[in-house]
Amino acid sequence: MKTRYLSLPYLIWALVFIIIPIGLVVYYSLTVEVDGKLIFSWANYKQALTPSYLLALWRSIWLAFVCTVICFALGYPIAYIMASREYASKGFLLFLFLVPMWMNFLLRTYSWLSILERNGFINSLLRLLSLPEARILYTDKAVVLGMVYNFLPFMILPIHTVMKKMDSSIIEAAQDLGANGRTVFLRVVFPLSIPGVVSGVTMVFMPSVTTFIISKLLGGAQFMLIGNMIERQFTESRNWNLGSAVSVMLMVLILTSIAIFTVVDKDGEGGALF
Amino acid sequence: MNEREHLIDLVDIEKTFGTSTVLSNINLFIRRNEFLTLLGPSGCGKTTTLRIIGGFERPTRGDVIFDGKSILNLPPYKRQVNTVFQKYALFPNMNVAENIAFGLKIKKADSRYIKRRIEEMLKLVNLSGYDKRQVTSLSGGQQQRVAIARALVNEPSVLLLDEPLGALDLKLRKEMQMELKNMQKKLGITFIYVTHDQEEALTMSDTICVMNAGVIQQMGRPEDIYNEPQNVFVAKFIGENNILDGVMRDDFWVEFAGKNFVCVDKGFARDEAVDIVIRPEDIAIVAPGGDNLAGVVRNVTFKGVHYEMLIESAGFVWKAHSTVMSQSGQEVGMRIAPDLIHVMRKSEYSFIDALPETLVERAGLSNAERGVYTMPVGVAASSATH
Repeated sequence: MKTRYLSLPYLIWALVFIIIPIGLVVYYSLTVEVDGKLIFSWANYKQALTPSYLLALWRSIWLAFVCTVICFALGYPIAYIMASREYASKGFLLFLFLVPMWMNFLLRTYSWLSILERNGFINSLLRLLSLPEARILYTDKAVVLGMVYNFLPFMILPIHTVMKKMDSSIIEAAQDLGANGRTVFLRVVFPLSIPGVVSGVTMVFMPSVTTFIISKLLGGAQFMLIGNMIERQFTESRNWNLGSAVSVMLMVLILTSIAIFTVVDKDGEGGALF
Repeated sequence: MNEREHLIDLVDIEKTFGTSTVLSNINLFIRRNEFLTLLGPSGCGKTTTLRIIGGFERPTRGDVIFDGKSILNLPPYKRQVNTVFQKYALFPNMNVAENIAFGLKIKKADSRYIKRRIEEMLKLVNLSGYDKRQVTSLSGGQQQRVAIARALVNEPSVLLLDEPLGALDLKLRKEMQMELKNMQKKLGITFIYVTHDQEEALTMSDTICVMNAGVIQQMGRPEDIYNEPQNVFVAKFIGENNILDGVMRDDFWVEFAGKNFVCVDKGFARDEAVDIVIRPEDIAIVAPGGDNLAGVVRNVTFKGVHYEMLIESAGFVWKAHSTVMSQSGQEVGMRIAPDLIHVMRKSEYSFIDALPETLVERAGLSNAERGVYTMPVGVAASSATH
């Protein structure tokens, strides 16, 4: 009985800040404003399924995918090395990777702006070496770079945690049974780290696919990801109904992808999200 | 048949971690098909010794000889030994059959052969029909059997077992002790077994190597270790004992507890201070008077097979076992046959009244269980300085 009362504030929180807003978004998405009144209509979804929106959605998914792959390729070895015996006591290294997370996300992204821009750090360096200038800012590359930079810790942390928890005697058992370093990794370490990978992939992919700040700052005003499309409907265009419909579409897409992931990772920790 | 008798030789092994020396001057050999137990309290270096043989630790100094060749530079996966780990260390991402097949698959064995071997192994460890089970759904005892099967399927020359029964309850442990011993006899494999349980060691081993503080204290057959402990540490660690200070007056003549006794030991210096170890079951309770040690029964505890009595005599509290009950407060006499008086040279352990508390606790034993009693200082001094 007591725990039920204790959970009450959280239930209220969930209701006020999660359930009601989602209900409102769904409600808005299914209505259009006519003479100041909201009436039921599929029009928003019809518009959300037009090529310009689908293209932005596809682009978002593609860039988020690229970002997730890069984060995995960079993050997995880092997590593995930092969890290994030689580095286990050196929390400092992990600390270094996490320090940027303490700073404001916007500030960090703005700083890339000054590094990548035409007269920024990189081009000054290239000029100094008499090399041709590089146009990085306002391209896909800059957006992916910004995403990877911001979301890499979310890949490293869960993998690192799983690696740390891994019983070293299991690895020794594999060696004992004749497995060399490569086999130990492929047959034991990697399969056991999959829950961390699933968490990391989810935690990187989801914010990447929905980001609009990174694409706006590093991709430029014309750079349209699905997040930017939604943002524009809620700000400039003031069409909340269309914005809601696109949001719901994106939400369904994300939930489906997590569901697929959860099925793949039957008993892993990524499933905790569901 | 020109097979070497020694399968493994540890030569002058020393191991240090940072500034602390974990093993020093370890010289031991393991015979072919022998069941050798490394016995000692937690932190005595027995597991480190095992890990050096398995290849998981490299000794700071010394050599490991396997069948006449040094294996010091061989990584674990190239050694002909397999290990059963303390916490089983089964692969949680594989089922029972996959766990057992792990080693064979790495050797790229034929799949029909693997299947047959899995069945044989499951039969050997009494788990037939469990092949498709997830290892996480098994009980501790079953997991341990899988771990043993997983190691034995590779037909190692040597099986290393690191306190494999530590997590099991008493009944299961006794059963597994018998099973392991039977398996070892049946398969003719050398077993190196690590435990802190002296009873387990006495039950299963062909040879026991008692270790403490990184040094081998005594090595020998279980009977020798039990009957002729070489120093007070071994005596204390192997079973319950009364340990007193004594003085060797002459060959076959020793004085302790304020009396002279005939003993079977010789070769000591005249009036050399020695340790006297007498097992509780070797004390005969007789009527008081005559030449016997006189004492008063202070406490009687029923232990099933016998009564355990604490008998106070001239300030020393003896522990004695007898099938005949005496009353608390009763005056009794104690008689000890000459061959049951164990006389030992003084060692670094002579002046420790008990095992260090932490070691005893970590070994899961209390002082009372060890039969270690603190001797009143006055008595100890008087018997030694007469």
